[in-house]
Amino acid sequence: MYRYDPIDRALVTQRVEQFRDQTRRYLAGELTEDEFRALRLRNGLYQQRFAPMLRISVPYGLLESKQLRKMAHVVRKYDKGYGHFTTRQNIQLNWPKLEQVPDLLAELAEVQLHGIQACGNDTRNITSDYLAGVSPDEHIDPRPYCELLRQFVALHPEFYWLPRKFKFGFTGAAVDRAATRTNDVAVHLVRRADGAIGYRFFVGGGLGRQPMLGQEMNPFVPESDLLRYACAILRTFNRFGRRDNIHKARIKIVLREWGPERFRAAIEEEYAKIKASIEGEELVLLPEDIERMRGYFTAPAYRPAAEVGADISGLAAQDAGFAAWVKRNVRAHKVPGYRVVFVSLKAPDHVAGDCTAEQFEALADICDAYSFGELRSTYDQNLVLADVAECDLYEVWRRLDAVKLATPNIGLVTDIVSCPGLDFCGLANAGSIGVAQDIYHRFDTLDAQYEIGPIRITISGCMNGCGHHSVGHIGILGVDKHGEEWYQVTLGGSPGNDAAIGERIGRALARDEIAEGVERLIRGYLELRCDEDETFIECYRRIGMAPFKALLYVNESEAAAA
Amino acid sequence: MTATILRHGEPAPDDWTVLEDGRTEAELPGGKVIVTLARWRAEREALLSRHAVVGVLVPNTADIEAVHPEIADRPLIALQFPSFADGRALSQAVVLRKRLGFRGELRAVGDVIRDLVFWLGRCGFDSIVPRKDQKLEECRAALSEFTVAYQAAADEHTPVWIRRRGQAAAH
Repeated sequence: MYRYDPIDRALVTQRVEQFRDQTRRYLAGELTEDEFRALRLRNGLYQQRFAPMLRISVPYGLLESKQLRKMAHVVRKYDKGYGHFTTRQNIQLNWPKLEQVPDLLAELAEVQLHGIQACGNDTRNITSDYLAGVSPDEHIDPRPYCELLRQFVALHPEFYWLPRKFKFGFTGAAVDRAATRTNDVAVHLVRRADGAIGYRFFVGGGLGRQPMLGQEMNPFVPESDLLRYACAILRTFNRFGRRDNIHKARIKIVLREWGPERFRAAIEEEYAKIKASIEGEELVLLPEDIERMRGYFTAPAYRPAAEVGADISGLAAQDAGFAAWVKRNVRAHKVPGYRVVFVSLKAPDHVAGDCTAEQFEALADICDAYSFGELRSTYDQNLVLADVAECDLYEVWRRLDAVKLATPNIGLVTDIVSCPGLDFCGLANAGSIGVAQDIYHRFDTLDAQYEIGPIRITISGCMNGCGHHSVGHIGILGVDKHGEEWYQVTLGGSPGNDAAIGERIGRALARDEIAEGVERLIRGYLELRCDEDETFIECYRRIGMAPFKALLYVNESEAAAA
Repeated sequence: MTATILRHGEPAPDDWTVLEDGRTEAELPGGKVIVTLARWRAEREALLSRHAVVGVLVPNTADIEAVHPEIADRPLIALQFPSFADGRALSQAVVLRKRLGFRGELRAVGDVIRDLVFWLGRCGFDSIVPRKDQKLEECRAALSEFTVAYQAAADEHTPVWIRRRGQAAAH
């Protein structure tokens, strides 16, 4: 894990004092609402319906036990005793008081946490593969590169006032677990046939209005040029991104308006100019820079498989609860004798992604005892203990289960991704949490979930798409119709290697129709699939929209015409 | 003259006069004037004959590299911030300073609030005209809000990845 040195510490500390002064001036009437909005957003502070929301950056989803204990402390002291994990691997607090936020940020700074550029028109928290460093399908660990880029973009003066938010996502594995192409920039670590490491860059992804997937800009940027190429993209965006219309301000709109050829030519021209100038010398990464950063992300002191490996089938045979958990929430690790453990934040009657102070503390203890003191947050609003010895699995399960963190539903129908929706968010048009729970309860027996198999249901309370509805197998978008909450359904989206934007199925459903409608789609799929191995998304791709449309609008004669 | 701007990090009087497009030259004394890029292009010779020194105000939508040959020898280039949150001129400034080697006075004008000043300083502006309601002393103090930086811009900072070369990773 990256460790701050005096430079990082000074930067974060001075940032807290800068924001303390901005808050003081705002409360004294010296800053206008508009001015303070731009400043507080750049510190993660967002105005929600009832209170400010503070978004805390979790760089590439990596947390350690002392940060978790600090989270437990701050959610008790400054909030209502819980935090919320987001699809960008961050943590949000829903109830801080504005005048206390500088103190809260000062406490977070003690453990390398902050809200710098967590919101606002700037470069946001970089997301990455939550199985970085441990997954058997990984060819290059992306974390050192994420940290190098994080430092380049943090408080970068030239790119501090961009046209719109700007997101990077990284992966270095065969399976894209970070929804990378939904980001403004996706960086795929690649290794060429001659062994050279480089970056495959995609640009122009983004959800929200007009969702788009990033398009390949350069198949191989050399390893030394991560910051040079990123600078070229950021400068091109800062110059040409639209500022006349907030809904057309993302880089994806520049790409759409220019077309990929002109867009690529502009970035490549800027990249060439950077390389040829003094900037190019400053931005080039030497092998020693990358090697030094790799030193922060070395493998922990794994014990030999002979010592920690265990056959858990005996315990599983005795305990159905443990067996179910192992089946769904435990995955392969690249090191023999170790497993990856998923911590479900999708317990019944629990808001997706929420984590209480007690759970933060229990997780701190569990990761200290059983996973080298580290925890990761995932794109799906769950958590991961990345390095659990097989011989500890039963105890880890028991301790997670004691704090309702062992629901065996990872990747299943109740593992629903959802934004906070109208219950909290000032932007939302409709509730998300209630819909998620209604759907959850229609499938809450394990047998039903296993029969359905892998499926991704995603819910956003508005067009901005924080719940990633556009890339759900079943995506649900809350809309406002004359003051009532309605829900549009999209099918066929996916955030992974087979990334696709879902297609809208037809008219929106009312609040009291939506959960039942989704249930009809899923029960119908069980009849439509060619065999038990065909997943929902595979089935949809094979048979298309029409059968599902008939299922969703079963009572309507106009369904065929809609 | 009272100090109304920051020059080289210190409060200073402003000895430049902005010659708006609508005003005729006859209304102005000779001396140091700033004209728009459009006027500079249209009246270059006349302006140079009447005024001791002419600076140019470049719109933040201009391709600064394309414009540069026309203004490279100007003693002052002014860049615009129609809103403090519109950062286009920050890229123009960095390119002017670092790529094109502009050494003259680089001025920020427009909606320049105290909370933009730090970023202006780092991007190579050595002449900052704060919005009328801003306190000049606070703006001066804002230039040094941070003593550290991760990356280089058009200023004295060395990127951290270069500063840390030769150091072992901390644990």
